[in-house]
Amino acid sequence: MKEIVIISGKGGTGKTSITGCFAALAENAVLADCDVDAADLHMLLAPQVIETTDFISGHQAVIREDDCTACGVCMEKCKFNAIKLTEEGKCRVEPYSCEGCKVCVQVCPVNAIDFPESLCGEWYFSHTRFGPMVHAKLGIGQENSGKLVSTVRREAAARAKELDKDLVIVDGPPGIGCPVIASITGASLLVVVTEPTISGKHDMKRVLELAKHFSIPALVIVNKWDINPEMTREIEKDTVAGGAHPAGRIPYDRSFTVAQINGRTLVEEKTGPAVENITTIWEKVWQTIK
Amino acid sequence: MRIAVASGKGGTGKTTVAVALTLASQEPVVYADCDVEEPNGSIFLRPEVDRVEKVLVEVPKIDESKCNACGDCARFCQFNALVSFNTPPLVFPDLCHSCGGCELVCPTGAISWRKVPIGEISLGTSDGGRISVIQGKLDVGGSLAPPVIRQVKTYLTDDVFTVVDSPPGTSCPVIESLGEADYVLLVTEATPFGLHDLKLAVETVRELGTPFSVVINRFDEGDSGVEDYCASEKIHIMVKIPHRREMAEAYSRGGNLFDAIPELLDIFRSIPERIEKGVGV
Amino acid sequence: MKIAVPSPGRTLESSVDGRFGRAAGFIVYNTEDGSFTLADNGQNMNAGQGAGVQAAQNIAATGADVVIAPSFGPKAFQVLKAAGVKMVFSIVGTVKENIESFIAGKLKESDNANVEGHW
Repeated sequence: MKEIVIISGKGGTGKTSITGCFAALAENAVLADCDVDAADLHMLLAPQVIETTDFISGHQAVIREDDCTACGVCMEKCKFNAIKLTEEGKCRVEPYSCEGCKVCVQVCPVNAIDFPESLCGEWYFSHTRFGPMVHAKLGIGQENSGKLVSTVRREAAARAKELDKDLVIVDGPPGIGCPVIASITGASLLVVVTEPTISGKHDMKRVLELAKHFSIPALVIVNKWDINPEMTREIEKDTVAGGAHPAGRIPYDRSFTVAQINGRTLVEEKTGPAVENITTIWEKVWQTIK
Repeated sequence: MRIAVASGKGGTGKTTVAVALTLASQEPVVYADCDVEEPNGSIFLRPEVDRVEKVLVEVPKIDESKCNACGDCARFCQFNALVSFNTPPLVFPDLCHSCGGCELVCPTGAISWRKVPIGEISLGTSDGGRISVIQGKLDVGGSLAPPVIRQVKTYLTDDVFTVVDSPPGTSCPVIESLGEADYVLLVTEATPFGLHDLKLAVETVRELGTPFSVVINRFDEGDSGVEDYCASEKIHIMVKIPHRREMAEAYSRGGNLFDAIPELLDIFRSIPERIEKGVGV
Repeated sequence: MKIAVPSPGRTLESSVDGRFGRAAGFIVYNTEDGSFTLADNGQNMNAGQGAGVQAAQNIAATGADVVIAPSFGPKAFQVLKAAGVKMVFSIVGTVKENIESFIAGKLKESDNANVEGHW
């Protein structure tokens, strides 16, 4: 089984739209959305959820107000200013600020603080018109984590094996932090989608450093290449210098937006100049890992 | 007045709007870059940096002469930052949240604190001193954005007009950056993805109770979903920025919004005044 | 001697997991009698980060003398070293092939973390 991970560094480069096209072009794949901060892939693939599972990560402090004597020791010891006095004169933990360190639980003189596991979101197993999909949703103020990404990837791989699929296509998270690393380690191929802007160029270089570091082959797509052809050439030079290969260019094409509005992928819409480029790029991606 | 500029996802034009708001101001203005993982406001504002300060956080220091190797600290730590095999603990500073728990549970008083850098703040000015630029930047490999954002905020005062460029998304660094803002501008695009992520951002800001309105970028490129949503939720639309290819080209070279669409200058200039008059509260 | 190998599977014919910290579990092989047990790589702190540290502690808890894996991050390396667990690089193949190669002295011992830590 092979696994392709699509990442971008910077947000807004068209990563999810391109992932959607790959999902449509691939023949026997399981799809995984690890971009849980801005999980948009489902808007193109319209998954029908079959199974829902809670995602638990870490713990959160919860004060039992009936037992709280409002002595204030927890407020004093909390380094995150997460405990506030309520109008009724009780201490209360603000869930958004609590980092789950357990210090308040430890210092409370009347043991009035519980420390339950924290429900951070849910993940789903679904059917789409292009095959099975694993995706997730986080609660507000919850952060994507290596743990959630690993969970989604592991489930996608397990379903692929179970259903005799030979490919997993992963829409990776933005940035270069822990979730991104959790999304690429052990993958067969990285596809980096960038754009010819100063930050796009900068972020792509950092992403390629990661790829090199973990010895994962990488292909680079420059989306909207024609808004700055000179910068596109520079990015392609950086691609080769960074040990990766250019996969191709995609022109600025409003059809991407139209396809999104129609809730379909561009290759299903079959309009606009970018369709041909994407199809050629997918051929290249597939040849690389086959 | 402090205005935070935020967005549900990256790439919607959040920095473009924050920079435009800063440049449009005729008064002294502070631009605070809280997008500390990828601070790129400076690409467009090009400040002269006067000083750089380290962001330090405290991590445990073990006095091995006092440590009895009981391992209580490692068992207590919720973040895997301390590990002990009946030995004085190993300390992993980059996993530490500086909560102080290990010191609390140590029976022999063997734990004190030392400071380690996790990022830096650079302070500079642009446009002959009218614009102060405060940029927080997390070191590569760092994972704790909130302390860097908190330190950026210590430089901000209430008496100067301030624009805060928030990180994208709805996670805890975003909430940290929106804290103490008087007003939030949520930047989105007129596309289904933009609408989906805007809804998450609206939920977050409503939870915080801060007044806000929406800026629609490339409003004429997509569909009317965002405008319909704002109408039904009674959310004020502060500015609609048209799609111009020149804007994408200017942005790619480090140019600003007004280089591409000069007629927006007056509209941006009027935003602080409109907010003060209570638009969109 | 006990040898631990990260694996997504449950038999000696399973593959070696490319991810050390986030491996589903470890196969712990006992060279004395050729038996093996499965150790869950449960992240009992449920931490979003620090998986390598947790996994290294989980391995130490199995009583393994040796761990065979494709790579060791700096934190896992330090923890395994402190726990006295020898670290050896895996080769492409099954868990069984790796154990046999190790016993035959064909695998390379890690004297340093071979991947930088991440975040």
